[in-house]
Amino acid sequence: MTQSIVVQVGQCGNQVGCRFWDLALREHAHVNQMGIYDEALSSFFRNVDQRGADSTGGRINALKARAVLVDMEEGVLGEILQGPLRSLFSSTQLISDVSGSGNNWAVGHHTYGLAYREQIVDQVRKAAEHCDCLQCFFLIHSMGGGTGSGLGTFVLKLLEDEFPEVCRIVTSVYPTAEDDVITSPYNSILAMKELTEHADCVLPVDNQSLVDIVGKIQHMSNTGKPGGTIKKDCTIISGQGGVVKVEKPFDAMNNIVANLLLNITSSARFEGSLNMDLNEIAMNLVPFPRLHYLLPSLTPLYTLADVNVPPRRLDQMFSDAFSKEHQLIKADPKHNLYLACALMLRGNVQLSDLRRNIERLKPTLPFVPWNQEGWKTSLCSVPPVCHSHSLLALANNTCVKSTFIELRERFVKLYRRKAHLHHYLAVDGMELAGFSEALSSISALIEEYTHLESPLMPNAPRLTIAT
Amino acid sequence: MSIVCLQLGQCGNQIGHELFSVISDDSNGANRKKYKQCSDERFFYETSTGELVARSVLVDMEPKVISQAIAKASKSGRWRYGDKADFSQKQGSGNNWASGFCVHGPRHEEAVEDLVRMEIERCDRLAGIFTMMSVAGGTGSGVGTYITQRLRDLYPSSFILNQVTWPYEAGEVIVQNYNSVLTLSHLYQLSDAILVHENDTVHTICSRLMNIKHISISDVNKVIAHQLASVLQPAYTADSPCHYSTNPIGELLTSLVCHPEYKLLSLCNIPQMSSTSLAYSVFNWPGLLKHLRQMLIASARMEEGIDWTVSAPSAVTSAGESGTNSRQKSFNLSLANLLILRGKDVSTAVTDGFRDPALYVPWLKTENSFSTWTSPVAFNGYEKSATLVSNNQSLLKPLDNIVRKAWNMFASRAYVHQYTKFGICEEDFLDSFTALEQIISSYTHL
Ligand SMILES: Nc1nc2c(ncn2[C@@H]2O[C@H](COP(=O)(O)OP(=O)(O)O)[C@@H](O)[C@H]2O)c(=O)[nH]1
Ligand SMILES: Nc1nc2c(ncn2[C@@H]2O[C@H](COP(=O)(O)OP(=O)(O)O)[C@@H](O)[C@H]2O)c(=O)[nH]1
Ligand SMILES: [Mg+2]
Ligand SMILES: [Mg+2]
Repeated sequence: MTQSIVVQVGQCGNQVGCRFWDLALREHAHVNQMGIYDEALSSFFRNVDQRGADSTGGRINALKARAVLVDMEEGVLGEILQGPLRSLFSSTQLISDVSGSGNNWAVGHHTYGLAYREQIVDQVRKAAEHCDCLQCFFLIHSMGGGTGSGLGTFVLKLLEDEFPEVCRIVTSVYPTAEDDVITSPYNSILAMKELTEHADCVLPVDNQSLVDIVGKIQHMSNTGKPGGTIKKDCTIISGQGGVVKVEKPFDAMNNIVANLLLNITSSARFEGSLNMDLNEIAMNLVPFPRLHYLLPSLTPLYTLADVNVPPRRLDQMFSDAFSKEHQLIKADPKHNLYLACALMLRGNVQLSDLRRNIERLKPTLPFVPWNQEGWKTSLCSVPPVCHSHSLLALANNTCVKSTFIELRERFVKLYRRKAHLHHYLAVDGMELAGFSEALSSISALIEEYTHLESPLMPNAPRLTIAT
Repeated sequence: MSIVCLQLGQCGNQIGHELFSVISDDSNGANRKKYKQCSDERFFYETSTGELVARSVLVDMEPKVISQAIAKASKSGRWRYGDKADFSQKQGSGNNWASGFCVHGPRHEEAVEDLVRMEIERCDRLAGIFTMMSVAGGTGSGVGTYITQRLRDLYPSSFILNQVTWPYEAGEVIVQNYNSVLTLSHLYQLSDAILVHENDTVHTICSRLMNIKHISISDVNKVIAHQLASVLQPAYTADSPCHYSTNPIGELLTSLVCHPEYKLLSLCNIPQMSSTSLAYSVFNWPGLLKHLRQMLIASARMEEGIDWTVSAPSAVTSAGESGTNSRQKSFNLSLANLLILRGKDVSTAVTDGFRDPALYVPWLKTENSFSTWTSPVAFNGYEKSATLVSNNQSLLKPLDNIVRKAWNMFASRAYVHQYTKFGICEEDFLDSFTALEQIISSYTHL
């Protein structure tokens, strides 16, 4: 089996990351009740003895997350070191500073990038040395702040340079239009250029979608809709059953992102003959190197499946995955063009259910002419805790460009007035050209998506053979 | 003589395991001492403690599938895989032919060659090398092609027969048509013959003929293994009418591949049904052969839904009209057929219907186009069983589909960067397309 390393950067990255570790532990505890350190656990956790050396097989001694935690202020990391997850991390895995990035991408990227380069490479390399076969890096960060956005994308480039053969999957939290951080459009657009150039896949998630989903679930569990009593502990926004008891702001939202990560890694964390290898994700879903933004949608979100679901309910789950309400980013894939789509299923789902639903949905979904059969599927037999099954759909769809267009508008509004620019230009290494290059990068990206939507030439004539 | 098998990638290893199971079960039936002896020599060797060990090398870039195959074989109690006959790594080829062909293949060629050499040296006489793999993934297709190329260099005079599984039309690997095009175009240069199974076809056989509700990949593999074993198990041939032939692969190639431009072989068999139906069914040779002949000329892969209106063009058409135009669209013209009959009263079976010159291209002598193998031993639970291995136009349509879809994708250059990353350039793609268009053209204009 292969292993992966999580690199979480900035406040958002670390808060989301910790929800992932907590829920992943809950999931493994649920499946692996004997407390054995098995292959499944080894994909994201080390098992160490008293002296801190790796011990393979046998009983669990102490689990350590295969992770590097980076933040440039002490708050969030300090809490982790005090909190219930502290034993998962040894202090050397944490890299922090005191003064923060002040929501300035340039400070994160250039100032801290330069200052912490060696230390970060060292820690990542140490984590890599503990792996038998390192397959993937999962980078978690937000786009709108300074550290996750700036230093996070610096680390991305670092990983590409130092480990070119290891796949880089980035989970990026995009800001809402009303974000507290005034400079979030700058930070996001500057980060976008790095993501477009250096990531293998990006899973964009936006806070507006998360807020809406959480709101709707809370409303439903408070009003107790007839027929479907929602057990509070089991909703996708709940962290019940984890070791972390106190709920903080953002926790409900972050649990959704953590569930996305649980689902995408489930094939790597559990055995199964129909698993999708992590390196198959980019291979199948990314037809052009820059167009690697994969829109996630999760189901079920609003219902709790019974143990025995009638096929109709199961089919509903497939339909939901394509509805607007289940996207983790504000977008409407159904009315835009699909380049490719993956369906990652967990739990009690048969291959025939999958085939039936693809046949059923295919006519309703527009795919590019050259990829009419652009489906990739996987089945992981272990369901999420409390559910009998779940579905994560990853869509490479042109609708993502509307998010980018909006972001660009917000960027241009500030940029035209040169608002706050001097804070950036005062940073060593940051030039004005950085802004215009980032702007052309995102414009080119938008253009590439638009180009795919334009009516295609008729199919190219086949090669002819003289007879 | 013995056959050395190579199981490559997930598909190759799963089908390989199923094949040895069927062969072992079949040979252990009642009253078949000579048959078993011949089959054992062909597929197994015996250890000093009397255990049967498969003459097979298992190769994959991840450990899971191989370790399952080895464990299942040991559990059978009848046979097992060799102690040092497998090679695996930790991380698969990620559905990428180029990663298999350009990276994993060269990196591990020595280790795999050593394993194959050990098996070959263990044989008193080598009948040939038989490989099994899918064309749509990364390891079987890419590493499999690379290894075939190496074996072709190392054993220039040995027969190499490649069994390949063609993908389902949709749902598994998005780049499957690219991988298939790259695999088939390369194999065509290297292989003595390519024996094709299409997953969609076999899947339909499982649902329609075997009546299986929730079809698993192992159900599909059982049908494929049954068909393969019906060809590879001992039989009497023209060269060896009184003893089981010792040269199965050589004779198969002589019968079916008369020209290097035509080496795609397809398979169909009859009867094929669930064991419950089998218990209540009686078959006679004339009935079975009548159906099988119609399956041949109408290019039906199963007994059900045969188009009985298709017929061979009548012999009276003048030479001028016998070109492609006057032929019925759906008529499936053959270069060669090999009929393998197994079971009761096999000596009474009349095979004249397959000797009709109208079934074959005019530029070959019919006596060279049709061969029969027989065995009086009932095969794998079927009292009577007929299998037809064909070199004809029946694979044209699926091959054309693969090339068409891959070409449409290639026209947009979609996914090409995933291959160039490992050293396969656009030119290589174009060469592969050209090679396959050539094959399509050759079979179209038979
Ligand atoms: N979903 C989510 N968003 C967060 C969280 N913390 C901060 N954010 C968002 O991230 C952006 C600010 O970035 P932050 O991560 O605080 O900055 P950094 O510490 O400098 O990387 C804003 O858009 C916040 O709304 C969190 O825990 N969850
Ligand atoms: N018939 C059959 N097809 C299979 C099996 N396993 C995989 N496939 C097919 O093989 C293709 C994927 O290739 P696979 O062998 O899994 O990849 P590899 O391990 O990289 O060689 C798909 O077209 C699958 O339908 C199997 O056991 N039987
Ligand atoms: Mg902050
Ligand atoms: Mg594989």
